[in-house]
Amino acid sequence: MALAHRSSGLLKPLSTASSSSFLHRRPYSTDDTTTITVETSVPFTGHNCETPSRSVDTNPKELMTFFTDMALMRRMEIAADSLYKSKLIRGFCHLYDGQEAVSIGMEAAITKKDCIITAYRDHCLFLGRGGTLLESFAELMGRTAGCSNGKGGSMHFYKKEACFFGGHGIVGAQVPLGCGLAFAQKYRKEGHVTFTMYGDGAANQGQLFEALNMAALWDLPAILVCENNHYGMGTAEWRAAKSPAYYKRGDYVPGLKVDGMDAFAVKQACKFAKEHVLKNGPIILEMDTYRYHGHSMSDPGSTYRTRDEISGVRQERDPIERIRKLILAHDLATEKELKDIEKQARKEVDEAIAKAKESPMPDEPELFTNVYRKGFGVESFGADRKELRTTLP
Amino acid sequence: MGEEVGEYQGAYKITKGLLDKYGPERVVDTPITEAGFAGIGVGSAYHGLRPVIEFMTFNFSMQAIDHIINSAAKSNYMSAGQINVPIVFRGPNGPAAGVGAQHSQCYAAWYGSVPGLKVLVPYSSEDARGLLKAAIRDPDPVVFLENELLYGESFPVSAEALDSSFCLPIGKAKIEREGKDITITAFSKMVGYALKAAEILEKEGISAEVINLRSIRPLDRATINASVRKTNRLLTVEEGFPQHGVGAEICASVVEDSFGYLDAPVERIAGADVPTPYAANLERMAFPQIEDIVRAAKRACHRSVPMAATAS
Repeated sequence: MALAHRSSGLLKPLSTASSSSFLHRRPYSTDDTTTITVETSVPFTGHNCETPSRSVDTNPKELMTFFTDMALMRRMEIAADSLYKSKLIRGFCHLYDGQEAVSIGMEAAITKKDCIITAYRDHCLFLGRGGTLLESFAELMGRTAGCSNGKGGSMHFYKKEACFFGGHGIVGAQVPLGCGLAFAQKYRKEGHVTFTMYGDGAANQGQLFEALNMAALWDLPAILVCENNHYGMGTAEWRAAKSPAYYKRGDYVPGLKVDGMDAFAVKQACKFAKEHVLKNGPIILEMDTYRYHGHSMSDPGSTYRTRDEISGVRQERDPIERIRKLILAHDLATEKELKDIEKQARKEVDEAIAKAKESPMPDEPELFTNVYRKGFGVESFGADRKELRTTLP
Repeated sequence: MGEEVGEYQGAYKITKGLLDKYGPERVVDTPITEAGFAGIGVGSAYHGLRPVIEFMTFNFSMQAIDHIINSAAKSNYMSAGQINVPIVFRGPNGPAAGVGAQHSQCYAAWYGSVPGLKVLVPYSSEDARGLLKAAIRDPDPVVFLENELLYGESFPVSAEALDSSFCLPIGKAKIEREGKDITITAFSKMVGYALKAAEILEKEGISAEVINLRSIRPLDRATINASVRKTNRLLTVEEGFPQHGVGAEICASVVEDSFGYLDAPVERIAGADVPTPYAANLERMAFPQIEDIVRAAKRACHRSVPMAATAS
């Protein structure tokens, strides 16, 4: 049932154009690891917490990777929008475009043995954990090549071997689950941590505070990441939260407010948080971010916020544009090379969609698979049990 | 993991001695936050631990029911087999004595309807031991419904059951008493009542076969149907609310699979269709008594007991 090869489509170096080259222009490099230091857009704000430095070390390789990966994520989400409108994706579809820096920055600070769990805006986080475009599009379209064999859908992407635990539809449920992942990591003395992600909407859930209390009592290595895109579906944060300073809501649990549109701020904060929780128990990171799309494909996203606000953020704070400017400022690649990377991303996305469309829908017996890990030859039934009656595998 | 499982030795002393034996990493006292600790339990199971989560009673499981159903039961299916959840949720279920409406509900029918869960209901000590071990070893989420009043009852125990690896199969009912005139299905405390009813019926010439379900999901339809095909009559007994109850499912199953074998309509004995009252006389009326089981069995056998005039 598992796919044979799961190659990450994320790192594909372009062949440099050799025809026109000026001697003084450095060719685009994918291997250069000389240190470059960048400053985060704004300083961090702490709650009961020292703040990390605004200076973040990076290198050309990382900068180019950030650009390439975010371009791919952006393209994937935009393509999903079209697929949904063509009715190839059904049900719910919650898109992440605008928020890519959170996934990218986080992955740069952690390993695949650290766990990530999130709610339903999970497509890009899945890609960040090493999931492929094919698995993503096929799952969205309900085909067998999907990461959940087509049985999960948009909200239920998982990649256990990369410690990505979904993919959850019930707002807030993922927070106690994430603290549970951290519990297991501590129990096993692993030295790894869990990033449990939730939105400004979920931030008011009671179970979050229940889990946070236990995480703090038991010093669990849990990092609660609030992806504050300022709207819980159609409700602005100030209408839902008496205190929308989510990084302070942990009270006795320290918190950090981070510019979630700045991948380097995210990277720095996650690195800081990982070191913190391994010694001191939980911490809250509030990522100040923004989603260009509405809450889901059923929401135009413009009845509760102005088009000016959306385009304003796109102009001032877009995460990909920030990296583009850094790359150009450091002369790591030309504008044309960056445009080519974006074209390549588009091409990869289109190819993945074509391949996903070829994947068939699951065979009918799949209705009854995976109900249990151990089925015991238990009976199960279709809608008409005189017509469809089976033994679970 | 649960409330008072450690230092208090367990609200009903079920976990007595475990903290001393296994230490605070493995026996974890929680705050009174069911949604939180049930979710933490499920999350730890996602990452490969085998947690046992205690609800002080299953009435409090309603605080956490989203985690039992949406986070635990459905995960293996939604992830196409990647994420299995080897968790056990256990605790007393159903009425105790005089604890009132909010502390007396039976959840067998609710959890029993959910695909992806296994739901077990021990009666005897052997059941408790064998089924709990099987539940903990099982790779899927198990809801383990105990009974507070049965905690205080003693049962004979075979040498086999004392073995430290003793396990019972999940999904198999046990015929506690063989009979040929009527099949009585029951679970948990009602098994004891059914057995006592069977003794009374014996003296009146009715030989009752008593089936201890042991497993609500998977339901052992094969054993139930085979028994009904032998006896031709069925009486289901449970303490839970009657509408959409366990007995309703058993009745439907038998009607579907063994209709031609039934010599009488299926009879159901269940809790009364009211929230549980406190006054002792009313509480007694709210739950099945042995005489209810006897009466219904006779009805199925002779059909000579006139239908009681219905109250207003």
